[in-house]
Amino acid sequence: MAVLQMRRVNICGMKKCRKAVLERLQALGVMELSMEVQDDSLERMDTVSSRNHFEKSTQQLEQALEVLQQYVPEKKSLLSSFEGRMLVEDQEYRKLAEQAAGVVSTARQILNLDKQVAESRAEITKLENQKEALIPWMNLDVPLGMNGTKKTALILGAMPSAMDQGQIYELLAQKAPQAEGLDVNVFYTDRTQTCLAVICLRDDQEAVEEALRSQGFARPSLGISGVPAREMENLEQAVREKQERIAQLAKSIEDYAGVRKDLQLTADYYRDRAEKYQLLGKLPQTKNAFFISGYVPAKAADKLVKELEEKYGVAAESLELSSEEEAPVLLQNNGFAESGEGILASFGLPAKGEIDPTSIMTVFYVFLFGLMLSDAAYGLIVSLACGILLKKYPRMSASMRKSIKLFFWCGLSTLFWGVMFGGYFGDTVDVISQTFFGTSITIPAVWFVPLNEPMRLLVYAMLFGVIHMYTGMAIKGYICLRDKRYVDFVCDVVLWLLLLTGLILMLLPSSIFASVSQMHIVFPEAVNLLAKGMAVVGAVGILLMSGRRKKNNWGLRLALGAYDLYGLTSWLSDVLSYSRLLALGLATGVIASVFNQMGSMFGGGIVGAIIFIVVFVVGHVFNIGINLLGAYVHTCRLQYVEFFGKFYEGGGREFNPFKSNAKYMEIKEETK
Amino acid sequence: MISDLFTNGIVWALLGVALAVILSGCGSAYGVGIAGQAASGVVTEDPGKFAKVLIIQLLPGTQGIYGLLVAFVTLSRIGILGGSAPDLTTGLLTFAACLPIGVVGLVSAIHQGKTAVAAIGIVAKKPEQFGKAMLFPAMVETYAILALLVSILAIFSI
Repeated sequence: MAVLQMRRVNICGMKKCRKAVLERLQALGVMELSMEVQDDSLERMDTVSSRNHFEKSTQQLEQALEVLQQYVPEKKSLLSSFEGRMLVEDQEYRKLAEQAAGVVSTARQILNLDKQVAESRAEITKLENQKEALIPWMNLDVPLGMNGTKKTALILGAMPSAMDQGQIYELLAQKAPQAEGLDVNVFYTDRTQTCLAVICLRDDQEAVEEALRSQGFARPSLGISGVPAREMENLEQAVREKQERIAQLAKSIEDYAGVRKDLQLTADYYRDRAEKYQLLGKLPQTKNAFFISGYVPAKAADKLVKELEEKYGVAAESLELSSEEEAPVLLQNNGFAESGEGILASFGLPAKGEIDPTSIMTVFYVFLFGLMLSDAAYGLIVSLACGILLKKYPRMSASMRKSIKLFFWCGLSTLFWGVMFGGYFGDTVDVISQTFFGTSITIPAVWFVPLNEPMRLLVYAMLFGVIHMYTGMAIKGYICLRDKRYVDFVCDVVLWLLLLTGLILMLLPSSIFASVSQMHIVFPEAVNLLAKGMAVVGAVGILLMSGRRKKNNWGLRLALGAYDLYGLTSWLSDVLSYSRLLALGLATGVIASVFNQMGSMFGGGIVGAIIFIVVFVVGHVFNIGINLLGAYVHTCRLQYVEFFGKFYEGGGREFNPFKSNAKYMEIKEETK
Repeated sequence: MISDLFTNGIVWALLGVALAVILSGCGSAYGVGIAGQAASGVVTEDPGKFAKVLIIQLLPGTQGIYGLLVAFVTLSRIGILGGSAPDLTTGLLTFAACLPIGVVGLVSAIHQGKTAVAAIGIVAKKPEQFGKAMLFPAMVETYAILALLVSILAIFSI
């Protein structure tokens, strides 16, 4: 349970070793660089062009990988996302540097092949379009470019509407009456066009064509002059050739499948270099020296300073942070507690001066999660699944490992509460024994069955809520004491706890509570008196002290106090909010029994059993899914709103060290 | 006779069951529907966010389940899946007990759906803020849970 202490490390060295130092820092990944040097005498290296070069290389490699993925998909199992990045020996990584340029040119070749494929595809589309346009002319057995003979003219073309031979003759007789011996052949008609060939004397050609044009006649614009049937064959041949070409290209791309790993590693190599050069461009430097400054976790700082001084001969120092500096936040929790870090981080990391509540929050998270899901079998399934994943894939990313670990613990807690409340796949045991064996067996609940005594669980849910929120107040009190704000401690924590505890103690023996919970609590008179006393002291204290920052204006001060007292309603709604523990717990059990009942509707026997199994599997998978989601979301809410609302604001900046951003690989730690 | 129907307890009880399922189901269908439209938009741009937007899309779906839950508990007490047929008073009481989850389920699912759409917008632009995005629709759900609680407690104590 800790926010790691940060120190500022300053490094100053000779320019010649700056790349080596940066590389080492990148490999270690323990330093977040932060430099604000306003000094014109220091210069910065211009690294934009080399950085662009590296970024472009990375991009090309990634594109080539995408192309490969398209032609030779990498076989990945559903669980591959848990595998983590591939391990690479340090030596192998060094070798990358020498091969890198070669690998990039391979990537370019792959991209080039892919481009040729795209071009061929475009040409095929073009050819197909030509084929389409040629179809109406297929009945023509003379070349499209034919013009006629010496004495006769052949007019080929299309009218823009459906016409028959008679209509054409009529049209020509009207518009070109002088033409004689016409021969009109309509060889294709559809709704939008009529293709025709008109033979006439050369002398009449102009008049005839003019007549046809008046109705929208146009010569074919195919750009083809041969006999349509033969041209069609040619086009088909060309398409076939292109397709063969694509197949060939695809095959040569497939031959590159073996370099996938090289492409990935080299992409990572250039990614790292681009990152490094970006930083290099920010380093202030003089003619011969350079300067680096940044945050390093305290426990790593001294080691880093020592290593850099010995290995690279630079001057390095590690300093305490000045009080106004806002250090980036890195959490360190171990074992059980670290599993909740993800939940905390999605609310916000602790801001300056706040403590890291991860470990306490994780305990409550697991506890409340189990209470909401509360089914022993579901818990076992979740735990087993997460346990197997953790065991089988030890190298998954840290954040994923933490989340899965959290669900592992949540599963165990669910198992516990399931046993307490007697839920094993809902009421499966009852239903199976009754439907198939005719006797009714019930696994008894260790504690009680919520469905039979919902009010009892409601009271306990609120009790857990009060404990949860009191813990929040206690942490607030701890922070006040730690910062030596004793007045705040008394006014904001102690008075409130007095008031709330007093009110609760007054409520417990009342008839309202008895009628809701069926519990009759009788306190001795002294406790009742004490309760009233606590409530009154608390209320008066809050009324007087909440506005204590307005020292002299008593009217305003009292008004602020009264307003603060009104905050009691928010406590009431917060406590009621924990009723979701009951509602979601009941939901799991009832939905499970809905499915069990549906499955058992077909009675016993083989058919009944088969139907039962199908309904059982589908139904319970659905129920686990929907209730896991519900438990996850609502446990988060209880933490974020009800618990954190008491003491925690968040808003810290995440520690973002200068490190390798590799996507595919992880360099094996040198074992020393 | 029609008038006989309304003096029959089970008619009222079934009416309540029907309302609990119909209203909350309609609400959830609407909520999940509009959230799904927004989610599809995000997935067209970035298929990698599928799991995240799917979770948010599912959030307004719970009201329908709560409605089913109340309906089922009721059915098992009014002589349809178990229990015994209610008289007129019990029937009317059951009807009243089903109303909270029906009505609140309808309205809250619609609003939760709209909030989920906005939350999906957060995930689209800032996927790392998923935790916070998820919380806004979950806030709306509180009221559906309270209604569920009242419905269930009422049915259990009739």
